[in-house]
Amino acid sequence: MTEPIGTASDTLLYLNGVTVSFDGFRALNSLSLVLDPGEMRAVIGPNGAGKTTMMDVITGKTRPDEGDVIYREHTDLTRLDEADIAALGIGRKFQKPTVFEMHTVWDNLLLALAGDRSPAHTMFGRPPAHERTRIEEVLATTRLAEHRARRAGDLSHGQKQWLEIGMLLAQEPQLLLVDEPVAGMTDAETEATAELLREINRTRSVVVVEHDMAFVRALGVKVTVLHEGSVLSEGSIDHVSNDPRVIEVYLGR
Amino acid sequence: MRRIAAGDGLTLVAVLGGAALIAALNLATPPGSALHVPSFVLPLAGKYLCYAMLALAVDLVWGFAGILSLGHAAFFALGGYAMGMYLMREIGTRGVYGNATLPDFMVFLNWTRLPWYWHGFDMAWFACLMVVLVPGLLALVFGYLAFRSRVSGVYLSIITQALTYALLLAFFRNDMGFGGNNGMTDFKDILGLPLHADATRAGLLVLTASFLSVQLLLARALVRSRFGKVLVAVRDAESRVRFLGYRPESYKLVVWVISAVMAAIGGALYVPQVGIINPSEFSPANSIEAVIWVAVGGRGTLVGAILGAVLVNLGKTYFTGALPELWLYALGGLFVVVTLILPNGVLGLLRRRGGGNGAVPKPLPVGEQPT
Repeated sequence: MTEPIGTASDTLLYLNGVTVSFDGFRALNSLSLVLDPGEMRAVIGPNGAGKTTMMDVITGKTRPDEGDVIYREHTDLTRLDEADIAALGIGRKFQKPTVFEMHTVWDNLLLALAGDRSPAHTMFGRPPAHERTRIEEVLATTRLAEHRARRAGDLSHGQKQWLEIGMLLAQEPQLLLVDEPVAGMTDAETEATAELLREINRTRSVVVVEHDMAFVRALGVKVTVLHEGSVLSEGSIDHVSNDPRVIEVYLGR
Repeated sequence: MRRIAAGDGLTLVAVLGGAALIAALNLATPPGSALHVPSFVLPLAGKYLCYAMLALAVDLVWGFAGILSLGHAAFFALGGYAMGMYLMREIGTRGVYGNATLPDFMVFLNWTRLPWYWHGFDMAWFACLMVVLVPGLLALVFGYLAFRSRVSGVYLSIITQALTYALLLAFFRNDMGFGGNNGMTDFKDILGLPLHADATRAGLLVLTASFLSVQLLLARALVRSRFGKVLVAVRDAESRVRFLGYRPESYKLVVWVISAVMAAIGGALYVPQVGIINPSEFSPANSIEAVIWVAVGGRGTLVGAILGAVLVNLGKTYFTGALPELWLYALGGLFVVVTLILPNGVLGLLRRRGGGNGAVPKPLPVGEQPT
């Protein structure tokens, strides 16, 4: 058991000494991270720094070899599976937009809506009025209202990213994990996405993993730099970009 | 209750109307009349519709949940065996050996007592219950183990094939008590009605058409519901569905059991119409043929499964009569042609510009803007 880096009280998410190895390669090396309720955090780092593995550990896709992942002070996420963790209110947006291509925009949001996920519940009845209203709200927030009846597979790349963020919102999560939301987006789309995330952050905590430094700067939040599976530096964007170790890692590549 | 889609409506009219027409033209016209439908057509048409139920069951799991079952005929055959056991007990003293309780094959094996699992099958209601329960339970146990262990894709297909093959070998054994490789035949009547009478056969045909219609409507309601949308999502992006908080294994298990029961009902109606059930119904080739029917008709369309089952079996009846040595080549060729040229089957050809499946656009008046 490693020494805790902070107390687990009054935190939303608390990673302590998390280690994940794949065939001897340490994807995460005693990673520790504390996220406060309502916070938005940007996580940056070069390829292979462990950003995606960190997401996998939080969402239950990968079990860590060592370490604790504590949500809301007493829930140990390492004991739960993907569906349980999603039900706790942790939503995830993938690096590559993964929407249900065969379904309409509307149906994608319908499936994402918070609610009972059992087959017995989904088999009967039509979506009640409050669910339709909620879908309308999300459509408006993500600027997809006029595309509701289109197949998700026919949307543009940027629209798919927004649809996926919309699906996250429909889940009503307390914590959103967003993996490279602006990869492949135009400048205008990137700007709109930053605005969308800030809007979401008013009511929810967000962790954004991103390569794009301009985007991270635009978010204006606390930044965690990962390198070789552990935290290299943490602080404001100005602080970390002046940190000599960060400069070395980024320029040394 | 939502509006019935055009394709479903047409299919219901064709299935119910066709069956009723064949039955009426057989019963109401004299054998010499130009309009008369010969009696052999009745069980033949009934057989096609039973196959259509098997195809519908396969399409429900393969087309919508992405579970390629290569062993679905096992459920069909189990339903058939449950019905066969009832029909055997109905023979009573009219068997060759005239034994009131033991079927002929048991007398032949010098058995003196009815095995415990044959009790109750003299009652039609009990047999009907078993038609649903036995295949349903097998599907539940098999599906629970397979889906919980996240077995999918090719691996799942292989173990479904192993399942039906294991049952084939088991039912071949005489001491299983299901008639060994001869199976069960020589049925006399069902619910006291003679099975060889045209009126009974006509009744069975119409009953089969009705069951098929109900199954189509239920399957459609299922795939249109939110449940069905989750299924399609599981088919296309299973891990994404997990991160939304759904358990794909529960969804697969539910649709798997429903599908097994649908196939079993088809098998139960098949046996009184063809007059025989034997272990060859478990043969892996049967299950694979059912998958071909669905592929030919159009996967993921439900209606296409029915169309494919009827079309391919019409072809089979013709070919095995006219050019028996060519049938297997024709079937294999058909599968290649469909895979290469008609990925959406015959139905896909008919509605070239369709919007795919599973997605029902729901336009809402609120905030609607012309683009």
